[in-house]
Amino acid sequence: MDSTKLKQEIQERRAQMQSAPKEGVAGQHNMEELRKLQPRYRGLEAGHRACQGCGEALAARLVTEAAGPDVILTNATGCLEVFTTPWPQSAWRLPWIHSLFENSAAVASGVEAALKAQGRSTKVIAQGGDGGTFDIGFQALSGMLERQHNILYVCYDNEAYMNTGIQRSGSTPHAAMTTTSPPGKERMGKRHMKKDLLSIIAAHHIPYAASASVAYPADIRRKVRRAVSIEGPTFLLIHSPCPLGWGIESDISIEVARLAVQTGLFPIIELERGELTGVMPIRNPRPVTDYLKLQNRFKHLFTDDPRARKEREHVQALADHNIEIYQLRGEGVDALDTDGADTVRRGGVVD
Amino acid sequence: MLHALEGSQAIAQAVALCRPAVVAAYPITPQTHIVENISKLVADGKLKCEFVSVESEFSAASVVLGSAATGARSYTASSSQGILLMAEVLFDIAGMRLPMVLTCANRAISAPINIWNDHQDAMTVRDSGWIQLYCADNQEAIDTTIQAFRISERTELPVMVCVDGFVLTHTLEVVDMPNAEQVDSYLPPFTFKNKLDPKHPLSLGTLVGPEYYTEARYSLHRALEKALPEIESADADWAKICGRASGGLLTVDGPESASVGVLAMGSVVSTLTEANEILPGKKRVRLMKLRAFRPFPAEALRQACAGLKELIVLERAFSPGCGGILGTEVRAALAGMAKPPAVRNFAVGLGGRDIPLGTLSKLLDAAKAQGNEGFSILDVEPERLPPEDR
Ligand SMILES: Cc1ncc(C[n+]2csc(CCOP(=O)(O)OP(=O)(O)O)c2C)c(N)n1
Ligand code: SF4
Ligand SMILES: [Mg+2]
Repeated sequence: MDSTKLKQEIQERRAQMQSAPKEGVAGQHNMEELRKLQPRYRGLEAGHRACQGCGEALAARLVTEAAGPDVILTNATGCLEVFTTPWPQSAWRLPWIHSLFENSAAVASGVEAALKAQGRSTKVIAQGGDGGTFDIGFQALSGMLERQHNILYVCYDNEAYMNTGIQRSGSTPHAAMTTTSPPGKERMGKRHMKKDLLSIIAAHHIPYAASASVAYPADIRRKVRRAVSIEGPTFLLIHSPCPLGWGIESDISIEVARLAVQTGLFPIIELERGELTGVMPIRNPRPVTDYLKLQNRFKHLFTDDPRARKEREHVQALADHNIEIYQLRGEGVDALDTDGADTVRRGGVVD
Repeated sequence: MLHALEGSQAIAQAVALCRPAVVAAYPITPQTHIVENISKLVADGKLKCEFVSVESEFSAASVVLGSAATGARSYTASSSQGILLMAEVLFDIAGMRLPMVLTCANRAISAPINIWNDHQDAMTVRDSGWIQLYCADNQEAIDTTIQAFRISERTELPVMVCVDGFVLTHTLEVVDMPNAEQVDSYLPPFTFKNKLDPKHPLSLGTLVGPEYYTEARYSLHRALEKALPEIESADADWAKICGRASGGLLTVDGPESASVGVLAMGSVVSTLTEANEILPGKKRVRLMKLRAFRPFPAEALRQACAGLKELIVLERAFSPGCGGILGTEVRAALAGMAKPPAVRNFAVGLGGRDIPLGTLSKLLDAAKAQGNEGFSILDVEPERLPPEDR
């Protein structure tokens, strides 16, 4: 349907709703229809220059959509900054500022301090990639959390420095191949573990911190709405596949993101004041090989090199460990578990 | 009203008179007393502002970057290693044309670590795009701080006010502290047309490719050039209110007939002025106080040098493997004169080495021995050098 036709239809339906008797609205229209009528705010427009299937682009759209228009964004250097703002174009409909790679949290602190001084209630969202968050911008982030600024910090975690051509970061998972952690005679990809950033964030005892995945948009929306409603520092880590860096086809990035959650490799959790308060249960845990084998960055784990099998076992052990410590194994069928939350529904949870 | 105040306390009070909305800072000697004094003013309710105690100078500069972009009058202060840690952000602030004021309590740079005064910190960020103004005494530090906000907000360029660490920051001087009415009549509330605002969403700090980068940098260069008259008028207008000028771009002192000139920046000018007065009449020099180092007032400098046979540039920093920084720039500026003076160039007082009154005579003697392209460190002690460097 072309957009003018769609707009016309929406307008007609709105007019219908307005003319309907007040108490009768919910009765005459089911929830599904009401949801469709709700206009959606877009903070990040189409037409930016991300690669097809870019998880970061999708995640940023979902975050800004849920946060609404009364927001100021800061952005660390990285893919998101580059693909959204090639001068003289910008894909942002929100006030947006990029300064450097390592200071998104500190710039946001300044924006927030200014808003406070001016008596404005606009919410500040700081954004950064995993490099700008786990590594080079970590100090600024820790300072922002410690000082209790009223800011939501969102990290788009694609597990490497993508903007500079796929170098390993503190977030790159163990054994993954990047251009600075290549496999070879002496190495099987990245030697070190993925940094457990959420535990470090938790140690700041901030009101709310959570992980999320682009495979679960409704979960992202809920978490963003929750985070922006809190007065104080909040943190969201969003797993965001990068087809280029992970070596996957662009049309399976959501499938891959979902497998990261279903294997237990990327646990979806919520923390309040440092305490675990919620997890997304895994209905049917999948073996990590289902996830790894789809990605070129792990292809050296599927050779007959004896080290490959050992590394696969190692990665499985990491997933099992996550499932155990966060108690991710679901019990039976749950509308909000990894399978339930994936079902496209309108109008809330339906059992 | 006259008060006996420590330099840092005077600067803090001057900052408070300008009503900043956001102050962010991280302590470093010899800047600490400035931020301590501001903290106290905030704690006592005498200054209503958001004071952000950050975890590093890098974040201090980033916080004021963010607050200025949100339309808040912003201030920070630092020194030495702190200025160098800020360097990346300082370039960014200027490139983004964000108005703010920073006090640099000038101090030497490691290694070897040294907390005392010279100008290596500010000199190292001379290409950042910040306006740099140097103060000769604490009265100038007060007046220049107030002027700096006006210059910054009118030019949309950040201003660094350079005050010599310890020599000014930790020294008690009798100063005239302006009152709030005077400052309010001089400095209107800050309004920033490019501020971050959901009602008019702008994207600041975007990626600029080869098609526009040159033009963006050219505009920054032009903005600094256009700031020259703003610096002069800011001083002249403030003088109308408080009856005191701080020296515009540069000032000239001493007998008009002098054939030798000495040019310097910062508190050493006060020492040289005194030394010049006790020299025998015919030996007295034309003394130039360079207040604006960025933008560099080349034309004003050429005019000030008219008729001179020799100009001695005395500076408090240098570029290893090259020589004087200020000296090199002065030589370049004077090359355009029909009859340029011979330029001698010396560094002195590095890492807090004392600059006594006798320095001027010593300098005049040493200048005779130096060739036109030369550079030397005036007060190096050969017996303290390793044998191979003597
Ligand atoms: C101080 C500094 N060091 C290095 C860089 C180069 N650089 C720019 S973006 C980037 C990587 C970004 O990685 P990440 O934060 O994970 O974001 P992504 O591009 O993956 O979304 C690097 C290394 C820089 N801009 N600044
Ligand atoms: S390289 Fe990766 S993160 Fe960057 S735009 Fe492409 S898909 Fe997105
Ligand atoms: Mg990344």
